[in-house]
Amino acid sequence: MSKLVIASIGPASSVQDGGRHGAQRYGLTVSGAMDRLSLAAANTLVGNEPFAAAVEIGPFGATFTAKDGAVRVAISGAPRNADVAGKPVAIDTSVTLKDGETLTLGFARGGAFTYLAIEGAIRGELVFGSLAVNARAGLGSPYPRPLQAGDEFTVDAASGAPELRIELPKLVSSPIRVLLGPQDDEFDDANKALFLDSEWKISATSDRMGYRLEGPAIKHLHGHNIVSDGTVIGSIQVPGDGSPIALMMDRGTTGGYPKIATVITADVGRLAQTTAGTAFRFKAVTMAEAQDEARKFAQAIKNLPDRLRSSDTVELNIEALSDANVAGYAVSAVDSGTWQVTAEP
Amino acid sequence: MAATLPPPRLLPSGDSAVTVEFSRTIDDAANERVLALDKALAASPIDGVTETVPTYRSLLVHYDPGKIGFDTLGEKLLPIATQPLPPATKARRWRIPVAYGGEHGIDLEDVAKALNTTPEDIVARHSGGDYRVAMIGFTPGWSYLSGLDKSLHMSRRQSPRLYTPAGTISIGGIQAGIQCLAAPSGWHLLGRTPVRTYQLHRTPTFLTEPGDRVTFFAIDHKTFEELDRAAEAGEIIAEQVVA
Repeated sequence: MSKLVIASIGPASSVQDGGRHGAQRYGLTVSGAMDRLSLAAANTLVGNEPFAAAVEIGPFGATFTAKDGAVRVAISGAPRNADVAGKPVAIDTSVTLKDGETLTLGFARGGAFTYLAIEGAIRGELVFGSLAVNARAGLGSPYPRPLQAGDEFTVDAASGAPELRIELPKLVSSPIRVLLGPQDDEFDDANKALFLDSEWKISATSDRMGYRLEGPAIKHLHGHNIVSDGTVIGSIQVPGDGSPIALMMDRGTTGGYPKIATVITADVGRLAQTTAGTAFRFKAVTMAEAQDEARKFAQAIKNLPDRLRSSDTVELNIEALSDANVAGYAVSAVDSGTWQVTAEP
Repeated sequence: MAATLPPPRLLPSGDSAVTVEFSRTIDDAANERVLALDKALAASPIDGVTETVPTYRSLLVHYDPGKIGFDTLGEKLLPIATQPLPPATKARRWRIPVAYGGEHGIDLEDVAKALNTTPEDIVARHSGGDYRVAMIGFTPGWSYLSGLDKSLHMSRRQSPRLYTPAGTISIGGIQAGIQCLAAPSGWHLLGRTPVRTYQLHRTPTFLTEPGDRVTFFAIDHKTFEELDRAAEAGEIIAEQVVA
């Protein structure tokens, strides 16, 4: 066994996986990775199950040191500068840290969360099938709280497998797609239009429970108190002050504010990666389209192993991919309809 | 043959959940239908349904759109949701000890003042009630109760507290609650119970279920400390009344 020691890490970093399912009826929320596609990509790079437990790293930097042996890891999600002993490590690649070597990650650029997956995955005590940290409920393993310097994981010794990269379609900015409801009838047409036609920004006070949205105030038809009912990841509730809150992974399982719309499953990760202050819009889609996208998104995660490539051609292929995008092959990681487009030279 | 009941509204909650809404208001009849549908789905699961969350007036049904679509699920849910209710079965009943007032119920005096009565009277009215767990939500084990005495209905605090302690027994609007973990709350704090409705490494992890009946009884603060230690060690402090 080897160890991976956290030498330094910023706030909003924790162990996350596919989440905790089956106890929402008791008020226990799902938690899990804010960007499930990136979690799955990082895990796929080191041969883990897509939703195995990994380190979700918040916007600030972090350093990880291998101890008592070599450790193989991979990073995916928000891009950042990364290096091992001065040698750059690209996002969406695996790398093996020799005993004593340190992986240094800088600030996130153009996103909020980066996932560090460890070959063999993080081990711990499962609660409702998950190691995900839910700080409010005191759950999560091996640390039931955000990570801090000095924490360490006991992990498999590196297998020595060749390093890989994963070729993910380039993210393009496009509206976050929503389905109206369940309480869109608590808003008149003008306010629904205001919600859909306005530019929004994510407030700096957002966290894993919810993203507060800054924009025009949305007015309710009958006041802001409804009888509490169930929420889902992506529910957009509108409290009394008219500033919507998109509920995220650590949301309360029930809530008493009207929910004007719900972010579609395929776009939750993209909303999660939208940084505070970045302007974006919503777009309403039909149930048929949303469910079609949800199925494609699930399929895309299943098919991630098909997107693995040898890492020794990494520079060349990144260029090829960006050339392809310039040439009009631009694809979105969340518009899974375009997932079939590849830019292999 | 009994006539079917009026159909609930099926409200999309995104692409992977549907809210089956029986009423827009808090209403025991609607809550009974919610719990009946929940029970029916547990007894005869619909393929693709992953999890259900009963609330006061609706059942949130989570499902996998890879297995079943919104329309098909709705077609399967409606006939079950409009079935006449089965005869009521005997509910479980819990007696929950509460240390009222003082440091454990910092709003008791103010509630009494606002309602022009004494703290003792508030305790009598609250502990004299016969409650039902209408839903569990927000944070683990937070049991929302229906059945609060009408004379105790009062609006929530103007500004919610950011911290209220574990075990808080409170009232808000027309609802009463048993709160398990420390959490923000805008309700009025009448007391604290040593009972943990949620405790990891205990069997059962969750004590209360929607549909359970609940009554409260007053204990002194010294008894609270004793019971709290026992509860911390994993004992189930709540008394289950066998009818």
